[in-house]
Amino acid sequence: MKNHARNCDESTVAAMGCLDVEVKELDRWNCCGTVHSLTSDDLMHRVAPVTNLIRAKEEAASALMTTCAMCYNTLKRANQHVRTDPEALAVINEFLSLESIQYTGDVDVLHLLEILRDRVGFEQLAGRVKNPLKGLRVACYYGCLLVRPKEVAFDDVENPRIMENLMAALGATPVPFAMKMECCGAYHTVDQPEIIANRTNLIISSAHDQGADVVVVSCPLCAHNLDHRQVDAKRLNSGFHHLPVFYFTQLMAIALGCGEAVLHFDLHHIDPQPVLVARGLAGGGRYAVR
Amino acid sequence: MRRSFVKTENTERTRGPMTNLSLSSARLTSPFVAQVERLSGQKLQACYQCGNCSAGCPMANHMDILPSQIIRLAQLGLRELLLASNAHWVCVSCMTCNTRCPKGVRIAEIIEAIREIELRSNVRRDRLSVAQLSPETLVALPPIALISSLRKLAS
Repeated sequence: MKNHARNCDESTVAAMGCLDVEVKELDRWNCCGTVHSLTSDDLMHRVAPVTNLIRAKEEAASALMTTCAMCYNTLKRANQHVRTDPEALAVINEFLSLESIQYTGDVDVLHLLEILRDRVGFEQLAGRVKNPLKGLRVACYYGCLLVRPKEVAFDDVENPRIMENLMAALGATPVPFAMKMECCGAYHTVDQPEIIANRTNLIISSAHDQGADVVVVSCPLCAHNLDHRQVDAKRLNSGFHHLPVFYFTQLMAIALGCGEAVLHFDLHHIDPQPVLVARGLAGGGRYAVR
Repeated sequence: MRRSFVKTENTERTRGPMTNLSLSSARLTSPFVAQVERLSGQKLQACYQCGNCSAGCPMANHMDILPSQIIRLAQLGLRELLLASNAHWVCVSCMTCNTRCPKGVRIAEIIEAIREIELRSNVRRDRLSVAQLSPETLVALPPIALISSLRKLAS
């Protein structure tokens, strides 16, 4: 979020600010580890997420919100594990015995989409839109970690609608998207980028077939793969059509009129500006690439 | 001890190590089967091989054996065949199989257990090291990709 996904980070804070919700970043945070360890004896990899929950407690918070799908999944699964396994919680607290407080499972892990749906409300949000995304056809891509496995899901595991409902509230037109739950290939972007090229071709082409102008994501790894690997997808399939990839928070920031400084289109591979101009959502050069 | 040999055709998906299968009742109760069950927290015999996991797997096209075949080999205690395949390294724990299994088997956990057994063994065959990546690649990749790949592919 502080590196390749600054566009996600800054648009989140700005868009919530436009909704009069202050997003307070943890004073001290550490990487959650990005993936939940799936072996029963691997407690070591659950220490990092729990440390972040202790940091939230130190700031007297009862909940910790994330925008990144991978952080959400890792923090929430570690939280669920220690809430249901007192022995594991005791071992992890023992590891963290130098911390000023012990963790007792009393911090809730929330994703920004849940806050928008359950606390702000999409109807309320629609009332705050200054720049409706009229005519923008949006394919909402969930990937793996927002609604799988089902014990961390905040919407249906096979056909979630939360992002489509958000996009409709912003004035955009969500399109049916068969590949919205299909994995992008995730970390194989490091060791087997050809797999990601194949997945990106299938996923982006499916969105294009539905007439989508843009693809919207929540996960920085999905964003990287689906955007930066489009050049490899084009090599696989000469008929491939490029589509820009946005974080849902960037479209919120545009619709809520938060200004262009937080959008950071310079971090994108496929330039998102032409489609915004074509849909009358930006004048030429309004979102200048820095 | 009863011992049987099964010959299979050398097909596209079952090339190489699948040509000869050596099955024995002793394998079903081998330490390997117990280790997979302990690390994954799953009962391997719960799987009745319906194939739903393989049908929905987004990575199956890139695997030499299918997720349901991974489970079958694990049930039968065929450690060497399992570790010779690439399929458990291709799985990215997207959890599609887990949400669709009619028996509630957590296939992704079983596959992680097999990766871990290989990474924790004395051969420690890491599938990725930072040294093999060029400086340009390291700059181009987001930290989220590097951290997750090293977590999954290296000991």
